[in-house]
Amino acid sequence: MISFETPPEIEKRLQFVRHIAKEQMRPQARHFDEHEHEVPWDFINLMWDTVLKTGQSFRSGAPRPDGPSIASTTLIHVIEELSFGDAGIYLCGPGAGLGGAAIEATGTKEQKERFLARYREGKPKWASMAMTEPQCGSDTAAIRTTAVRDGDHWVLNGEKIFVTSGHKSLIDSEGLSVIWATVDPAAGRAGIKPFVVEAGTPGLKVTKLEHKMGIRASDTASIVLEDCRIPLDNVLGSAEVVDRTTGFKGAMATFDATRPSVAASALGIARASIELLKDILAQEGITIEYQKPRNLLSAIERDVIDMEAQLRAAWLLTLRAAWMMDERRVNTIEASACKVKAGDVVTKVTAKAVELMGPLGYSRKLLLEKWMRDAKINDLFEGTGQINRLIIARRLLGYTSAQLK
Amino acid sequence: MFSFEPSEEQQMFIEAARKFAAKELREHARRADEASALAPEILAGGWELGLLPASIPEKHGGFGERSAITGVLAAEELAWGDLSGALALSAPNLVAFPVLLCGSDEQKAEILPHFCTDAYAPGSAALIEPRYDFDSTALKATAVRSNGNYVLNGVKCNVPYAAEAEWMIAYAALDGRTEGFLVKKGTVGAVVKDREQNMGMKALPLYSVDFHECRIPASQRLGGDGGTDFTLLLNGSRAALAAMAVGVARGAYEYALEYAKNRKAFGEAIAQRQSIAFMLAEMFVDIDAARLMMWEAAWLLDQKRDATRAACLAKNFADEMALMVTDRAVQILGGHGYIRDYPVEMWLRNARGFSAMEGIAIV
Repeated sequence: MISFETPPEIEKRLQFVRHIAKEQMRPQARHFDEHEHEVPWDFINLMWDTVLKTGQSFRSGAPRPDGPSIASTTLIHVIEELSFGDAGIYLCGPGAGLGGAAIEATGTKEQKERFLARYREGKPKWASMAMTEPQCGSDTAAIRTTAVRDGDHWVLNGEKIFVTSGHKSLIDSEGLSVIWATVDPAAGRAGIKPFVVEAGTPGLKVTKLEHKMGIRASDTASIVLEDCRIPLDNVLGSAEVVDRTTGFKGAMATFDATRPSVAASALGIARASIELLKDILAQEGITIEYQKPRNLLSAIERDVIDMEAQLRAAWLLTLRAAWMMDERRVNTIEASACKVKAGDVVTKVTAKAVELMGPLGYSRKLLLEKWMRDAKINDLFEGTGQINRLIIARRLLGYTSAQLK
Repeated sequence: MFSFEPSEEQQMFIEAARKFAAKELREHARRADEASALAPEILAGGWELGLLPASIPEKHGGFGERSAITGVLAAEELAWGDLSGALALSAPNLVAFPVLLCGSDEQKAEILPHFCTDAYAPGSAALIEPRYDFDSTALKATAVRSNGNYVLNGVKCNVPYAAEAEWMIAYAALDGRTEGFLVKKGTVGAVVKDREQNMGMKALPLYSVDFHECRIPASQRLGGDGGTDFTLLLNGSRAALAAMAVGVARGAYEYALEYAKNRKAFGEAIAQRQSIAFMLAEMFVDIDAARLMMWEAAWLLDQKRDATRAACLAKNFADEMALMVTDRAVQILGGHGYIRDYPVEMWLRNARGFSAMEGIAIV
């Protein structure tokens, strides 16, 4: 039975989240944009206290088959609302995050307990995921970081870049990072495996924090691994190289889980832009009449309605992809679809809001210009818009990656 | 709880409508378009699906309850087959649903059984006016009270089945509000004029109609003295047309996808080129999004909540989406897309019509 009814438990949770977004995040948004690499500890501590009290992370990416976890449909609502407050500060939120999603998607039951228990106790912690390397981004099969077995250990060597919360997960907290490395460079995708490297492991260094166009509150780190030794059972799932695709499946399953979350964050930014735009227009006596014939609308009214329609389109795609996760259905196409749409929509909507508000849009006195800068990352990370189009097209056409390059 | 899965009963309607659309509507679509006429046996066959009687309660001759969701699910499938055919098959709804939703008890008793017989009987709605600034909430056609009657004056266009329908609902401004009036075939002062000559939807019989001092008994004002919740009817129309836009677009997308897989250029299928494959991916994504939006509008209607914003956004999005998707389908077929041996040019012409149409379908 088709239903768009928001469950009461989501509504209840959102009341609290809305309060944080409005009172805690939004007032600090400009400060952390202009003071890059400063850490929003007030927000972090508040969120961590909530995690400890409720026992539920708001940054977990995938449902756990063996225990209570936040539903994806709940998660995307929370993320959308926090990103409405501020997307950069949201990304600083403590918890298992993207690294946790990788562990949940690929780890054994024992590994999930061993690596994720820390996110329910003690001080704030983060978990990052390291995929991208200086020479390869979307082409993850070209990963060069190596994992070589040496007795009871794996020895990792290589360099990772663009690791979201890399610094927080490995330097600021007793967290961990999931490092994707190859156990057999000749095996291509099949040789790529996820390895858990814990904070404080010798041979692991955070070498750089990037300076970015937007989401400046969030740390984007480079990690260097030099003969970094980790226990044998820190490889997530199986260490066997079975066939050409299995090694890579874990990475793809992780993305199926995280893409709706990224889309939700994008759409929080888009909604912030549209709401501010409408508030300013309302002060000038312009209210949006949705039912007015399209050819009789003013240009600005038409733009706002289009922005709202695009936002709704992207949100419903995101909600459906998350719902499929909760229903334990394969959602690869839907996860990529919502990511494509949300990346497009947030980029266009925030740029349009800057345009429509003229000098107000371009001014750093308001947040519209910041939201446009924050927005762009959503068309880049967790798979660029192009990579997600490829994923969708291959599946629609029934093509392999060799047939559709 | 959220759910994006039709019920079992709805799934049955979908399957039946899909089968009929593929076997009958799609097969006859081009011929119907060229002839500007739908074969009567198609309408008879479509009527056997029983979609409308399943929406009308037993006491009025039907065997079920109206569900806007079921309506949009079926509308998408029928429009996938052929837009003109889908609009023709839902023409009875144009009278039945406004009466069901807003009519007085007497009106329901008199009119609804007419649409629950074994034979297809079209209904009609005279809403659109031939003006660039047509606005259904600020009609130029007027209704004025006079000695227990309403007197209608005005010019209407794109009126489906005006010449054939036993009953028509004419919409006019009464004291500045849009109200509906039940007009029986042959009423003096309601003059059915020429068939419309439109770019698309050619097989659907649309007429212009002039109302000149047309006297309608007060008892035939839709909803009686209480009048009509016109916003509710409009939202039902928006959801229905958005659903049909999704159906048209899906047909064009599927056709273009198959074509692109089979058409070879430079030694490989053109679908193996990103320029084509990305177009197909974007078409798919927006069709999917439009479907969710019109489902949401229909769901709100079924929940008896205000659906105006959702329905307007859904129709806005679907109108643009259908145009984009059908245009790209023509583009993917290249020169062949422009040739009438292939259906895609017809789908582009049909899709262009959505932004001009309101009130010619309702769920």
